[in-house]
Amino acid sequence: MNILKFLESFANEDVLNAKGSRRDSFGQFKKIGSDMALAAVPFGLASMALAPQKGAAATMGLAETPISALQLALTLEYLEEEFYQTAVDTIGLIPLVGRERLVFEKIAQHESAHVDFLIAGLGADSIAKPTFDFTAGGLFNPFGNYQQFLALAQAFEDTGVRAYKGQAANLMSTPALLTAALQIHSVEARHASEVRRIRLQKGWIVGNDRGGLPEQAQAVYNGEDNTIQAGFNTSTVNGIPAGAGSESFDEPLTGAEATAIASLFIV
Amino acid sequence: MKLVKYDICVFTNISIINKRITNLKKTIMKNVVKIQEANPFSTNRRGFLKISGLGAVGAGLLFAAGCGDDDDPVIYTDQKYPGIRNGVFDLGGGDLGVLTYAYALEQLEADFYTKVVNASGFNSNFSVEQKAVLTDLYNHEVIHREFFRAALTKALPNAGSQLLPDLAFEYASVNFNSPTSVLNTAKALEDTGVAAYNGAGKLITNPDYLLLAGKIVSIEARHASAIRSLINTNSADFAGDDIVDPTTGLDVARKPSQIISEVVSLDFVQTPFTAQFLE
Repeated sequence: MNILKFLESFANEDVLNAKGSRRDSFGQFKKIGSDMALAAVPFGLASMALAPQKGAAATMGLAETPISALQLALTLEYLEEEFYQTAVDTIGLIPLVGRERLVFEKIAQHESAHVDFLIAGLGADSIAKPTFDFTAGGLFNPFGNYQQFLALAQAFEDTGVRAYKGQAANLMSTPALLTAALQIHSVEARHASEVRRIRLQKGWIVGNDRGGLPEQAQAVYNGEDNTIQAGFNTSTVNGIPAGAGSESFDEPLTGAEATAIASLFIV
Repeated sequence: MKLVKYDICVFTNISIINKRITNLKKTIMKNVVKIQEANPFSTNRRGFLKISGLGAVGAGLLFAAGCGDDDDPVIYTDQKYPGIRNGVFDLGGGDLGVLTYAYALEQLEADFYTKVVNASGFNSNFSVEQKAVLTDLYNHEVIHREFFRAALTKALPNAGSQLLPDLAFEYASVNFNSPTSVLNTAKALEDTGVAAYNGAGKLITNPDYLLLAGKIVSIEARHASAIRSLINTNSADFAGDDIVDPTTGLDVARKPSQIISEVVSLDFVQTPFTAQFLE
């Protein structure tokens, strides 16, 4: 039983610390959309077109069980891990010393830990790392242009925050998994805040503003301008500016929405 | 697990005696906050955690529970609703208890930042960036507090007696005109908020409530990151190893009883309350 195995792994530090054989393991993750002209497709639209395709990615998009929720999480963590590790290793991209070097090395460390943690937890239900293209078919140049790197980092972190949030309910039947996912979720939020602040943005999302990111990233921010929480209007609190309402609550992404965003960068 | 009225009355009477003893002790041990473990008269509840506040017994929260011919048994027969028990407001259990617990924490944060932005030295002593962040945090936390007030008022069957009253706060250890003092306190409160929501998530049974908690906890984490970054900009403190385990990449999660002990140790909450039904 995979869930039991996952739960057991929480008590087994050797498993959690083991790098394992994930880099050469075969998983269920199938290539998706390699023939699509992704460069022309904005975030979100890409996988609406891709969603009907067969394979694990389509299953992943449904994300209605603890396993599928964690598989989606692992896909996003794989993406972030490779993105930051490549950036940290690319000479001349991130300044060699100072805040930003420390920040991105720390983020890379966390994303790698998240990958290992989720692989160990998923066990036989783990998925192999997809092949990523962070240019999204030539649209971006994140490892040759630092500002584009920062912009994509922001988009990935804000996506991570929203995606984990959207999966929380799927983990309610497995409290240990839910807690672990929440513990990753808040780390993504810490990352998002710092990356945004490095970009001289607020640490929190303002309305559905994509903060200077290219319009292809709008799917990351759609719906963030919600001001109604359980029937309460957060934009009409006495003495508080209306704009603070949507800032004070982050919104979830569905599995399909998160998959759509990630798919733009999967070959 | 149900209490009958008779038991409550016994509890209340014992509680009144205990309270008098407690008050006597308080006059001797001023400004000492105590966590009293385990109600000796209760064998069917775990982790009775009583927080005795600082001289706030007359703060309007401690009105005696009725034991006479009260015909409304709701608060007594369902142990989980928030409300007065043994003369002290108890946060309750279940989803509404968890939300009430969150409401208490948001009251603290909102009150703290209200005092921050209204301090006499706020404009002159704080940098433009510090003011911008702290003003946003003030806005957000007031909204969180008002959200919980509204949501709980709607969700509680008898909000009149079950809604957590406005708590009283004092911050003897904080210098509100000192950025260092304010930012370090903010860091403690925000990190505590993150750990609290992370630990409480699994106690929630309603997915809508879980999602709402999730919408708020990431804002608390964004706050914590920004505050930590303001304190030590050229560092990785925004998600430092003291708060995110570098091996697992996991943030802190703590159960309510741990959080409440931590909050009590900050010595800010003046209004006594209990959390008998939160683990």
